[in-house]
Amino acid sequence: MTIEPDVHDIVATIREGNEAEQGLKPRSELTARELLREVGAVLRMSEAEAAKLGDLPVDPSEDQTMIINMGPQHPSTHGVLRLMLELQGETVLRCKPIIGYLHTGMEKTGENLTYMQGGTNVTRMDYLSPLNNELVFSMATEQLLGITDEIPERAVWMRMLLSELNRMSSHLLFMATNGMDLGAVGMMIYGWREREQVLRFFQKVTGLRMNHNFIRPGGVAADLPAGWRDDVLHLLEMIPPRLEEYDILMTGQPIWRDRLQGVGVITQEEAMALGATGPILRSTGIAWDLRRDQPYLHYDQMEFDVIVGSYGDAFDRYAIRLNEIRESIRIVHQILDAMPSGDYRIQNKKVTPPPRARIDESMEALIHHFKIFTEGFKVPEGEVYVAIESPRGEIGCYIASDGSATPYRMHVRAPSFVNIQCLPHMMRGGLVADAVAVISSVDPVLGEVDR
Amino acid sequence: MSDAATPEVVAPEAPATLYGVLLSHSRGQRVLHPTREQYVATVRALLADTFVMCADLTAVDYLTFPGRTLPDGIVAERFELVVNLLSIERRERIRVRVQVPEADPSIATLFDMYPGTEAMEREVYDMFGITFTDHPDLTRILMPEDWEGHPLRKDYDQGRIPVQFSTDFAAKDVAK
Repeated sequence: MTIEPDVHDIVATIREGNEAEQGLKPRSELTARELLREVGAVLRMSEAEAAKLGDLPVDPSEDQTMIINMGPQHPSTHGVLRLMLELQGETVLRCKPIIGYLHTGMEKTGENLTYMQGGTNVTRMDYLSPLNNELVFSMATEQLLGITDEIPERAVWMRMLLSELNRMSSHLLFMATNGMDLGAVGMMIYGWREREQVLRFFQKVTGLRMNHNFIRPGGVAADLPAGWRDDVLHLLEMIPPRLEEYDILMTGQPIWRDRLQGVGVITQEEAMALGATGPILRSTGIAWDLRRDQPYLHYDQMEFDVIVGSYGDAFDRYAIRLNEIRESIRIVHQILDAMPSGDYRIQNKKVTPPPRARIDESMEALIHHFKIFTEGFKVPEGEVYVAIESPRGEIGCYIASDGSATPYRMHVRAPSFVNIQCLPHMMRGGLVADAVAVISSVDPVLGEVDR
Repeated sequence: MSDAATPEVVAPEAPATLYGVLLSHSRGQRVLHPTREQYVATVRALLADTFVMCADLTAVDYLTFPGRTLPDGIVAERFELVVNLLSIERRERIRVRVQVPEADPSIATLFDMYPGTEAMEREVYDMFGITFTDHPDLTRILMPEDWEGHPLRKDYDQGRIPVQFSTDFAAKDVAK
């Protein structure tokens, strides 16, 4: 086994900080902004060194290897992912992810729910970023209806607010699970604690912690509650210092770096060929973020940075997610400044049910309300594919409509489903203990893998 | 995607083509309609033309909706393979829709060009029973190995519990 000495050599190099100008300055000498840019971007092993770690041991004869199953009940597999691993000693030679344990036929179910009910279905796919799922489904429906440009401004900004907060809550949970998987058990509690604060805000706005069905075709379900701005500001004040704590707890910590740097390396070519998106693609240095590159909602008016890595390893993916929380905070600040007043859903009788008060005074309103909620609204024939940037990558929704009130076919391009195909490439030649780090760094949500 | 509200297919005088394949627009998005024979060559041309990522590959079973709108010259078949390709360099998307007949539900794999389609093609096989020739590992991916039938086909029963106020009166016949 040639792997261990290498790691120590590299780590020793890192500790001595002899990478010339890129050396880590002491925290006390940095401004907050410098730190934000620097964290995760400096003092790394070279690409050649990182690649060496991924080399396979020379041809193993078959009786020396062993195939074991990891999962589907293993706690570090984030749900019910099962991996078949071929091991030689502690080294992973081959890996095959086996999925389907959580398959509940959600795409089939989606064909039997009206467009108004569809949100309840898609929101349960990626249960860590439900609002993004609802958003992409609603946007696809709106494109089919041809009402994309008529969505009220307040609804658009509310969607962005919720989407960004959801990105924060999802990445905070990643911090927790990533810490837990690598043995930083304290981190699990901290990440969960912060995420819960965000979910508490969601509960106030939507009524539920998860599975909101709040973003609907035509707008959002309700206006923001009184005092929402203070709640958001509280979150924005509370989270940045906590992220600094994470830096102390993990980013700069030698054990943390040992466990993540050079682990699960994937190259640009591999990532693109495998269709990987989100933090995995960005960790290889490709600045691809749909919020910037194919802007939807009002992201073209936002000022934010697309965080990229340079080595495509697990540490990059960790650092990208950590810094994306900071970028989301920046975006939310801008959203707070821009939030207009006005309608929160489209005033199109076809899509929007009449308000409750109207039902008491108008028979037509009552009938109309009943019709929309029982039969749903009809969507013109056609097909459309809409993609947005979820915390895990490109989430797409393909809807084919036959002109009725339910989608003829509703397909969700789940980022995790595609991303877990990277696992065999990332794990090849690594250690079993690193396999846990690799799964964690891909951050799959099995709900959307299996749908 | 910003010109999303553009309604329906734009109908030019001479049918628009790209790489000799019919091109149409659906809600402002570009769609190519190659035949099964043209499919691989078309995708290969797109790959050479900076469409380096296959974002999505799925299928639709048009069993109960045969009368859908397609450009002239395309014969509607029961299945349709839908491939979404992405050009990172030009920040563009393009969609490829291929008709796959019920009598011979098979089509070439894209695995050689886009290894990431491995799982997606397995999903389409699992859910629709469309086979992909030369796919390295064409097995069920979401359903158990011994499952019979392909769940997303329209003639596959969903076995749901009928709900109140359903407008689908045929489905209310619970007695059977």
